[in-house]
Amino acid sequence: MMGEHYSLFYMFHFYFFGVVSIASALAFVTRKSPVTAALWLVNTMFSLAALYVLLDAQFIGVMQVLVYAGAIMVVFLFVVMLLNLGHPSEIADGRGKLPVFVAAVIGIAMLAEIMTISRTHIEAHFAVPKGYAVTQMAQYGAVGSVARPLFNEYLLAFELTSVLLLVAIAGAVVLGRRKDANAR
Amino acid sequence: MLAESLALSAVLFTIGVIGVLTRRNAIIIFMCVELMLNAVNLTFVAFSRYYGAAGQVFVVFVMTVAAAEAAVGLAIIISIFRHRQSVDLQNINLLKG
Repeated sequence: MMGEHYSLFYMFHFYFFGVVSIASALAFVTRKSPVTAALWLVNTMFSLAALYVLLDAQFIGVMQVLVYAGAIMVVFLFVVMLLNLGHPSEIADGRGKLPVFVAAVIGIAMLAEIMTISRTHIEAHFAVPKGYAVTQMAQYGAVGSVARPLFNEYLLAFELTSVLLLVAIAGAVVLGRRKDANAR
Repeated sequence: MLAESLALSAVLFTIGVIGVLTRRNAIIIFMCVELMLNAVNLTFVAFSRYYGAAGQVFVVFVMTVAAAEAAVGLAIIISIFRHRQSVDLQNINLLKG
């Protein structure tokens, strides 16, 4: 790891929001009611937004709140409301013993794998100079430091994203349309 | 903070996987997928401090794909619900061989 020192204030908030996000995620997967689960997931996303800000990605933090918590979760809640699934029901239950066991084994294995990977250290010749994010931020601003690579190196991918969104809109319209002729 | 961020991301991703494997409500499974995408985003942001802002650009792309996936996936769920009156994945076995 890079030998960096953080203030107690920073460390406290980092761990605080980390614990909040994990606790909310656990509450999210264990709630029976879809609405309660969705609200816990919103809580997870808010604490992740706070973590993004702590990690010098202010623009991504704002996007997290606007797009994830604001738009995507509202769509989820909208569908829950539309299908009248808001109350806890028997379908929210787990699937029985075997899948839970398999899930636990897979979960522990994946956790072990990713924990091992997270012990990696940064290759010095790949890494940008220390304090790079802060200087970029000072030079171009929080939005500009994201926008410059987005509209230069990744312009083609950005343009293709618009095609993806168009296809998604068309697909949602086609799927959501009623098939029977007398509906309209 | 890189190791801590990656560990947190691993925990969140694992919680998402466990949710997908143990829940039966299709909407909650979709939300678990969103949680996994969020965990990956955290990894990107954590690495972007050390490897430049390209990681944050990828987060923007992941968010776009997540939005598209949510739109199409929820349209599929609504369409299934119209046919089956249920979003329980136990009842949705049309593609089962």
